[in-house]
Amino acid sequence: MAMPANAELAAPPAGAMVPQPFRVTRRQRETADTWTLTLEPCSGDGIAPEPGQFTMLYAFGVGEIPISVSGADGGMLVHTVRAVGAVSAAICAARPGAVLGVRGPFGTGWPVREAEGHDVVVVAGGVGLAPLRTAVRALERSRADFGPEVTLLYGGRTPDDLLFRGELASLARRGKLNVGVTVDVARPGWVGKVGVVPKLIDGAAFDPESVVAMVCGPEIMMRFSVAALRDRGVAPERIYLSMERNMRCAVGHCGHCQLGPTLVCRDGAVYSYDRLAALMGVREL
Amino acid sequence: MTTLAEILRDAQFFAGLRPETLDLVAGCGSNVQFEAGALIFREGEPADDFYLLRHGSVSLEANAVAGGPLVIETLEAGDVLGWSWLFAPHRWHFDAHAVTAVRATAFDGACLRGKCDADPQLGYELVSRFAQTVIERLQWTRLRLLDVYGHAGQR
Repeated sequence: MAMPANAELAAPPAGAMVPQPFRVTRRQRETADTWTLTLEPCSGDGIAPEPGQFTMLYAFGVGEIPISVSGADGGMLVHTVRAVGAVSAAICAARPGAVLGVRGPFGTGWPVREAEGHDVVVVAGGVGLAPLRTAVRALERSRADFGPEVTLLYGGRTPDDLLFRGELASLARRGKLNVGVTVDVARPGWVGKVGVVPKLIDGAAFDPESVVAMVCGPEIMMRFSVAALRDRGVAPERIYLSMERNMRCAVGHCGHCQLGPTLVCRDGAVYSYDRLAALMGVREL
Repeated sequence: MTTLAEILRDAQFFAGLRPETLDLVAGCGSNVQFEAGALIFREGEPADDFYLLRHGSVSLEANAVAGGPLVIETLEAGDVLGWSWLFAPHRWHFDAHAVTAVRATAFDGACLRGKCDADPQLGYELVSRFAQTVIERLQWTRLRLLDVYGHAGQR
């Protein structure tokens, strides 16, 4: 089998290979099948991930999966996990006091610092808001460092399926960011929008020449979002996407997460669209 | 004071229409307002007009579902509300409610249909624009049919 052209075979640091024990200190239900867990290291200082990075979360005796970081503060680690399989269900079921294994952080992050001085539009769909949560917090915390328009556009299936509903309401109320939330279907009384999230891009305020776009969600939603951004005139190198593939080792050795000539665990998960455009059009990938 | 023709000239939906055509369309229009929660039209009733939304938000609702009405789409300032006036049997397919206070320009469908019959170029311009709107909403609806948010990749 051909190796990816830019593969590196140097041994990863031990911390990247051996799960470190973290204790669950808080477990909060977000939706019917999604939970947010706060973890603290059982020993040591913990880890300090950048916005957009992921860790490998290990439910001992069940298995290990990649999960994006949805919060980090003073060594505490926050993950938002949707229960869709055996491992994610076991992680979601971990109650305060339970111990999970953590490897990482891994991967590339959102270009928050690179976006300073520019308008920013963040586009999230479904659980795709979780990997963007730390970036959104950084944008609000340092709001003056960015351009006149910083916007979060978020879509979900129904109002009950939206993550971080309280935080979204607070974010909108504080008014530092423009916040647009839309769902596929709702009951009367829902005061947000109904429609798909890429549709919101058309009416969003930003300078297409200089905006930095950060997009995360199901791949088909990202494809339509990219098309809407390109229609507005946003250059491919200014659009960043978080890709998801079958990450196993997370250190670029096993090859399970190969995406064309790249390995998502090592070269992503956040890529600029100019690197992905040709790959996203290949159905076999 | 802004005239109706000037309002239409600035609307994306009417972009590219000649001034004399805009005057023809404006001749069938009038400005209207709805309070939040007001019913704008009801499913099954005659579709006599359409609206260019200038301020506020409108929900389109379907009632033939268990558990009460469902909001199937919201429309905002700049959007056009209603195309049933143009196509037989000229009856609304859904309810429309003002979510917030709404300001809009309403166009008399019978008046416009008469002008379109007399001036096929105007008819072509309007049908082209409504077809574009229908296509865009069809594409977004197709995307929603895929239930994209339900497809999580986590294991």
